[in-house]
Amino acid sequence: MLIRIAPPHLLRETEITPPEVYASRRRFLQQLGLAGIALAAPGLGRAQSPGPGALKISTRRERAGGEKPNSFEDVSSYNNYYEFGTAKDEPARNAGKLKTRPWTVVVDGECEAPAQVDIDSLLAGALEERIYRHRCVEAWSIVVPWLGIPLGDFLKRFKPTSKARYVAFETLYDDQQMPLARFSGLQLPYREGLRIDEAMHPLTLLSVGMYGRVLPNQNGAPLRLTVPWKYGFKSIKSIVRIRFTEKQPATTWSALAPDEYGFYANVNPAVDHPRWSQSRERRLGELFKRDTLMFNGYPEVASLYSGLDLRRYY
Amino acid sequence: MSPARVLLCWRLAAWTLATAPLLQLGWLILQGRLGANPVEFIEHHSGQWALRLLLLTLAMSPLRERLKRSEPLRIRRLLGLWAFAWACLHFSIYLTFDLEFSARQLAADLIKRRYITLGFAALLLLLPLALTSTRGWQQRLKRRWATLHKLIYPAALLAALHFVWLVKSDLREPLLYLALLLGLLLWRRPWRVILRARKQPVIST
Repeated sequence: MLIRIAPPHLLRETEITPPEVYASRRRFLQQLGLAGIALAAPGLGRAQSPGPGALKISTRRERAGGEKPNSFEDVSSYNNYYEFGTAKDEPARNAGKLKTRPWTVVVDGECEAPAQVDIDSLLAGALEERIYRHRCVEAWSIVVPWLGIPLGDFLKRFKPTSKARYVAFETLYDDQQMPLARFSGLQLPYREGLRIDEAMHPLTLLSVGMYGRVLPNQNGAPLRLTVPWKYGFKSIKSIVRIRFTEKQPATTWSALAPDEYGFYANVNPAVDHPRWSQSRERRLGELFKRDTLMFNGYPEVASLYSGLDLRRYY
Repeated sequence: MSPARVLLCWRLAAWTLATAPLLQLGWLILQGRLGANPVEFIEHHSGQWALRLLLLTLAMSPLRERLKRSEPLRIRRLLGLWAFAWACLHFSIYLTFDLEFSARQLAADLIKRRYITLGFAALLLLLPLALTSTRGWQQRLKRRWATLHKLIYPAALLAALHFVWLVKSDLREPLLYLALLLGLLLWRRPWRVILRARKQPVIST
């Protein structure tokens, strides 16, 4: 009689994992791994690694008093760009329709060398990063790392004449690409303007990017103005025309409601909007409001306005 | 369906409508999807729903005549109280996050800012209506109760204008509410009151 005594290393039948259970555990682990990658992915996307639209930065200047920039997500999902809808989240949803290539900017008016500039020639040159505060007339604010060139350097190429006392800017207007524009309540194309000394001020930037990349469409691609000491509506988006003028140009918001929006629109906590206070602002990402700074915290521009009554020229 | 069942359905519908935006808000908060400016989002959301429910409250009388049923009138108080609750949330958010409970700032806003003056006045007009909404107060005030509750008309008008005056340039949404409100008010043929008032002296002499 043969008596089989099982050696201790052999598994009993009941201890063997059935193949289907084994397979399902592998699947589970695979899915876990994928989930982990998916969770990490948004972080990867935000990293400053070169990728589509990445721009080369020649110099960096931090001009927001050491304040941390807002997240790219906040800055690119909360926008005023009425051609693409008047709610804050609409431009991010609708500005995909905007075709930013080919794109040329016509520069003319009171200058000796009027020209058409292709956007790609601007992107090819040296770009500065400037971290600025941005204060909207609606009393919210953000901190943004912009990329661009000083507007003054750009404008000098066209040799403005002594008659060039102002610079007028115009946004693209195309109702095919901007079907919601007719509900904006604004006279379009959107127009803005600066005094020539404001335009030539070293703080004024012609921006082509932010956060190390080309501008998202909802933020004014492919190029926009950045005037950090003025309310956001002065920083016109998607510029197609720049014109040197002798007379102060008409500007969109000021034409709509001259008692509410002035040509200067300097950030000034002491001069209220007729319908709301400008003394405080809500920085996106913060629950409570903070005090608004004179000239948005850029006191070096004050000399541009010496002798000007800022209550009258708001 | 028995009449009690039918009324229950109407009540359920009203509760759902008034609380769904609250659930939506809670869901968006949990998901972190209130956007870059959550305070503004909640402020707008609560204000919009206060105004919408106020209009809905005013739509119950016309609805009763149209359908020839009593249920619309029986859910009217419920809707009105929810409109008031949303208005309270709206004001609390403003008081907390915009003013940080500063009475001085509130006073400054009330004096200087037309749309805030109107919104605050609307809330003040709704307050006695909410307080006297119980059956006890209805019996205590008798006929004056109905007169008092006509305050909902000026309150709704002020609330709609509050929205109109807040907007920068795109007036579509606030003007839609204002138009609906004017429709609901005109349906009540307010000129009858004026005509009656003119006739009365003739009758009394």
